[in-house]
Amino acid sequence: MITKAIKQGLTLAVVMSFLVGCSGSDTKPVENTTTGTAVTDTSASEATLSNVVYFDFDQYALTAESRAVLLAHADKLKGASVAVRLEGHADERGSREYNMALGEKRANAVRDFLVTQGVNGSSLEVVSFGEEQPAATGSDESSWSQNRRVEVKY
Amino acid sequence: MRYIISAFLFVFALSANAQNIVFVTKGIDNPTKIAVVPFAWTGARLPEDIAKIVGNDLEFSGQFEATDPERMLAFPRAEAEVHYRDWKALGSEYLLIGSITQQAGRYYASYELFDVIQQKRVFAKLTVDGTEAQLRDMAHHISDKVYETITGVRGIFSTKLIYVEAFKKPQKYRLMLSDIDGFRPRMLLESRYPLLSPVWSPNGQRVAYVSFEAENKPAIYIQDIATGRRQQMTNFRGLNGAPAWSPDGQKLAMALSKDGNPEIYVMNVLTRQLTRVTNHFAIDHEPSWAADGASLFFTSDRGGKPQIYQVNLASMQQERVTFDGDYNARARVAPDGKSLVMLNKRPGTTHHIAAQDIKSGNLRILSETNLDESPTIAPNGAMLMYATRSGGKGVLAAVSLDARVKILQPPKQGDVREPAWSPFFN
Repeated sequence: MITKAIKQGLTLAVVMSFLVGCSGSDTKPVENTTTGTAVTDTSASEATLSNVVYFDFDQYALTAESRAVLLAHADKLKGASVAVRLEGHADERGSREYNMALGEKRANAVRDFLVTQGVNGSSLEVVSFGEEQPAATGSDESSWSQNRRVEVKY
Repeated sequence: MRYIISAFLFVFALSANAQNIVFVTKGIDNPTKIAVVPFAWTGARLPEDIAKIVGNDLEFSGQFEATDPERMLAFPRAEAEVHYRDWKALGSEYLLIGSITQQAGRYYASYELFDVIQQKRVFAKLTVDGTEAQLRDMAHHISDKVYETITGVRGIFSTKLIYVEAFKKPQKYRLMLSDIDGFRPRMLLESRYPLLSPVWSPNGQRVAYVSFEAENKPAIYIQDIATGRRQQMTNFRGLNGAPAWSPDGQKLAMALSKDGNPEIYVMNVLTRQLTRVTNHFAIDHEPSWAADGASLFFTSDRGGKPQIYQVNLASMQQERVTFDGDYNARARVAPDGKSLVMLNKRPGTTHHIAAQDIKSGNLRILSETNLDESPTIAPNGAMLMYATRSGGKGVLAAVSLDARVKILQPPKQGDVREPAWSPFFN
């Protein structure tokens, strides 16, 4: 999963630098403005930090990969007063309501982990969407594995 | 607020006569063959074909095969015109004839049933009446009468269905009410946010469901079906899910995680007083009342995998009920209280609908499709519907409890899911 996160991060960085390049050539060849530099820097520093962690089928225990991702979020959130919403999701298999509970258990597992890492629990809101909002719509293992997730939303 | 609330709700905005879901019936082993003769009518073409609706209803039950009118040798309108040999030649075991008259804006449908094998009239002429808008109701009434006369079991053709229809791009959810054959769909509610878990009140006048319309978080609502008037019943932190009416209609069992973990609660609908039923660190969810109202069945993964448990509400004693399979969830109790219908998966297979005899524990798989869920049982206990997927879409399927019949209902538009079969209305 961490390789997936890195890939997504890198893609984002590439797209961002492409966009910055485009806007540079589109408009007058103004020198690197401070805002332009700031954008590139932000995307580079957050390139490896995925906002999604994934789970095994019918499980709500955090994987080692998920913990690594969440440690980085905890570092960012510690001492910060930013409100974060943890949205839990499940794949389409099984009971729709039970999947609501599964999504919540997953989001709770993320919250509990962040709290043990020193994040203020009152800034973390948990909500489950069960199988209602899949990230991938296929009915196959590759879609399902993308849907069993918690999204960390700043 | 980070989440701007703009609830997008219409009540009763949409009404249509068309069928929203279509049936595909698979043949069964040995259905009773019945000829339903087109009803005699002398006026201008009627908006509904009563004989055709009756034939479709009876076939929907899985226990009948309707004789094709194109093959009929005669169209008798009265007993004097019935020649049994015509119907024996077609293999029909029963014959239903009828006629329609109109008087002062009302329609009167009279009908008679004959036993072709015994060559005798089964019941004398009966009449049902109604307005033009009630022609389908009249047809379903006739189907009920014929079904009950021949099988000895009360017919379900005048009952209704509530289901959820979901649309993508833009995301929208509709709570729909229709006849049990899918015709006359009517929208009860539309929302941009998820709607799920509709259940009928035992008197058939209200529906409870979960809606995410408030701040994109789940809450339980009750809606009066006739007036559309709604009340929000819960607004707790976390999960507010799986409402289930007690058999006397005075309580709602539900799952709440307000204390940190999904647990079963019972709420008094009038006073809204809450009683906590379970207390376990695992998931406790999806309560369903036993027929006598004295206990609840619920899903719990306290044993590592989801299984059905039963809790006695007087003693609060709990015991595991399902042992066949590594996934048993969302139980519904059959009207006679003797069996459970639920979502079941055995190791290495996909999820199917299964029925378990409560006393013996014997479990039978009822469905053969993939990704099956949300079974709902007809109030006569003879059939059930469930949600499955076909052609990439959510569809409803129906099966008789003896597992002989499978009927798929592909939707025209959105994903159809979570069917809830109404109780009898009188």
